[in-house]
Amino acid sequence: MTGILLYLVFFLIVTLIYSIVVMGLNLQWGYTGLFNAGVVAFYAIGAYGTAVLMGPDRSTLIGGFGLPFPIALIGGMAAAGLGALIVGLAALRLRDDYLAIATFGIAISVQLVALNFEGLTGGAQGLIGLPRPLFSMFDSPNGFNLFYLGFVACMAALVYLALQTALGSPWGRLLKAVREDETAAASLGKNPAMVRLQAFVLGCTLMGLAGGLYVGFIGFVSPLDFLPILTFQIWAMLIVGGSGNTKGAFVGAFAVWGLWSVSGMAVSKLLPVQFQSQGGAIQTMLIGLLIVLTLLFRPRGLIGESETISRHAN
Amino acid sequence: MSMPLLTASDLVGGYRPGLPILHGAGIQVSAGEFVALIGPNGAGKSTLMKAIAGIVPIWSGQVELAGRVVTNTPPHRLAEAELAFVPQTNNVFTSLTIDENLRLGAAALSRGQAGQALARSYEAFPDLTRFRNVPARALSGGQRQMLAVARALLTSPKLLMLDEPSAGLSPLMVSDVFSRLKALVHDGVAILMVEQNVKAAFSVADRAYVLTEGRNRLDGTPEHLSAMDEIVELYLGGGGRKH
Amino acid sequence: MLFQVLADGILTGSIIALGAIGLTLTMSVLRFPNFAHAELITFGAYIALAVLGLTGAFMGPLAPLSFGLPLILATVVAMAATAVLALLIDRLVYRKLRARSKKMTVVFGSFGVSLLVRMSILLVFGGAATYYSTALQRAIRVGGLFRVMPDQVFTLGLTIIIVVGLHLFLKFTRLGLAMRAYAENPQLVGIYGYDSERVLRWTWIIGAALAALAGVLYGLTVQIRPEIGFHLLLPLFAAAIMGGVGNVHGAVLGGLIVGLAESLSIYLIPPGYKMAVPFLLLLLILYLRPTGLFGSAKGAVR
Ligand SMILES: Nc1ncnc2c1ncn2[C@@H]1O[C@H](COP(=O)(O)OP(=O)(O)OP(=O)(O)O)[C@@H](O)[C@H]1O
Ligand SMILES: [Mg+2]
Repeated sequence: MTGILLYLVFFLIVTLIYSIVVMGLNLQWGYTGLFNAGVVAFYAIGAYGTAVLMGPDRSTLIGGFGLPFPIALIGGMAAAGLGALIVGLAALRLRDDYLAIATFGIAISVQLVALNFEGLTGGAQGLIGLPRPLFSMFDSPNGFNLFYLGFVACMAALVYLALQTALGSPWGRLLKAVREDETAAASLGKNPAMVRLQAFVLGCTLMGLAGGLYVGFIGFVSPLDFLPILTFQIWAMLIVGGSGNTKGAFVGAFAVWGLWSVSGMAVSKLLPVQFQSQGGAIQTMLIGLLIVLTLLFRPRGLIGESETISRHAN
Repeated sequence: MSMPLLTASDLVGGYRPGLPILHGAGIQVSAGEFVALIGPNGAGKSTLMKAIAGIVPIWSGQVELAGRVVTNTPPHRLAEAELAFVPQTNNVFTSLTIDENLRLGAAALSRGQAGQALARSYEAFPDLTRFRNVPARALSGGQRQMLAVARALLTSPKLLMLDEPSAGLSPLMVSDVFSRLKALVHDGVAILMVEQNVKAAFSVADRAYVLTEGRNRLDGTPEHLSAMDEIVELYLGGGGRKH
Repeated sequence: MLFQVLADGILTGSIIALGAIGLTLTMSVLRFPNFAHAELITFGAYIALAVLGLTGAFMGPLAPLSFGLPLILATVVAMAATAVLALLIDRLVYRKLRARSKKMTVVFGSFGVSLLVRMSILLVFGGAATYYSTALQRAIRVGGLFRVMPDQVFTLGLTIIIVVGLHLFLKFTRLGLAMRAYAENPQLVGIYGYDSERVLRWTWIIGAALAALAGVLYGLTVQIRPEIGFHLLLPLFAAAIMGGVGNVHGAVLGGLIVGLAESLSIYLIPPGYKMAVPFLLLLLILYLRPTGLFGSAKGAVR
């Protein structure tokens, strides 16, 4: 395979993993109107949770349970869901804007734990040398990558179908009712806070799943993979793809991650060394600009959005 | 009656684009006239007042106040144009004290005028003086209503719009409020008032409008309207509406 | 040792308090948590730095403080510039997003704005930590118990003056009354005959000016970096919510509590986790007393 193709496989795997995060966020923002400012935290919890559960036993570390990948993955998801439950219970009974603040807080705290709790997370170095699922079955890393692309694609498709089913179910209609008219939903005897909590926790669990899948792919975790900018990137993917539109998650993830990667390459190729950090700042600004301009001028997303939500968004 | 002070004609408007609540309603109030606005719940009486007051957007039609076109004018500009409005609900700031409510309500006046207006207000509503440093949330419904009316009168308006000022008041309080309003009209203030109790409304008003589904249904003097079967049946009939 | 920790906590807390006053005011009047408030703080700190660079230290510091008239002048300019920035952001972005039916859209937008402002600052000023002055201050010993920097005492004093001033402003001026009124019921402000646009405008101006001031004082006592606002934001939110949103005195007390908790935390947890302390306090308050320590009435400014 040529270098370009190899890169494409890598790119697609990451894109698909991010699209799962976007679908989780879409459930929260697009379908329920919940603002999650700590996407990266739940992604990181999933990743570290998976890593700790499946990593080999090491004397210096707390983890190292050596569990099989699928079980570790589920454990990571559960950890992310638990984190969401703690934050969601605190904030969602109260005001919408407290959720934004509390999730912002958990993002900062998770980053601190990742950096400082060396016994669990490996600190700044992270956890390396984690087993990758079925890696030994392939003669080359490229073969594994191709396999993993297929695996992640299946997972993303599964998440997509599951979400579509859930949204079409009575529960999905309840979500819609809560979003459009909280008092009306409450008068139906449904507790709107409970419904919103469910959507929030479920969305965060999906983010945790994506984090675990990422670890299975690269075989290590480090705090550098969970920088705050990731939250902004995921948002950008969401609104570019159009919120309230699950299919848009794929398009948005592809477009924004593509833009980010291309602009990153341009920065590293074209800019002299002393201007590299400025180049990074400009990349980040592009994300900010994308978010602000899309919200202002294309609130239904750059790609378009299904009619389910269009009546409510203006 | 003299020339019209307020002329609202063919108003179409509402809260959400594409969902009009007013379908061409109109109203006219002359200087010093007492006009009642009646109609079933949800007819759009409050909406009509809010549209005139510049709170609910008007999509077509026109509002004229003292000869000036004021359609969709922001509410604080209308206050300068001597129109005062007391909404049906949430018509005082409960987190502010009575004195603070009145001081804010007099903000359009110069400092000297404001001081005089406040003094007049406390004189006219001695009950408020007792509670002047109490947050309005501690007031009873009737006292709140009194504060709301006192606030509206601070700027000596030419036209006073009141949305159900008698709601929740005891019969004694209602007659007190109504006699105060009559006294105001006597002093030359024009009043446009929404009132559910049609009998009471007819006893004080010079004219009345009946609004249904955002449209004018009937209008005329109380004598004229009281003679109509429809009014008798729906609004005056023996126990037709409780109040 | 304990006294030193307490003193440090109160002094950090006074900066948090100062920032939280502006935040609690804008949060209750404008009805959304403005995450770009962090960047107003940073922007203010850097504008003061730039002005100081232009004017130079043409006069020596006013002993025993580390700064002199030039920094005071620079701070005034920074407060004005930050107010202009806030008004600009409101005009270009928030005004439109506030009207959206999805309430949190404007919060979303504030994150985007925050990214744009922070990166612009990074581009213009670079990422390295800087200081207003490298002059060393002589610490004041207080009864042999602890030592404080004169600048820190100045900060505490200024915070107290501003709280008193703001209290009088909210209680006795028409604009102050209108701001409190707007927090409760925006529509009624216009009916009362007060221009509600004016309320919005001045809320931004006051909130931004206080943010800039907090930025300068933080820069004075700690250091100036493009992330200072971002790092202060969580403590500010914790302080504002703890004090009850809209409650100015509460925000000050909340700020002091957060500052104290941060500095006392060294007895309980490794210093690396200090930044998570506000988050833990926030969770605690949301679980135990969601209306704030003083149980503020919803939407009221006090
Ligand atoms: N803030 C609002 N947003 C959307 N729709 C509203 C709002 N206020 C009123 N409406 C709708 O407008 C219609 C007319 O309401 P309005 O309050 O004007 O009636 P009304 O004649 O004053 O009734 P009532 O006698 O009960 O006070 C109703 O169908 C109501 O549902
Ligand atoms: Mg009404």
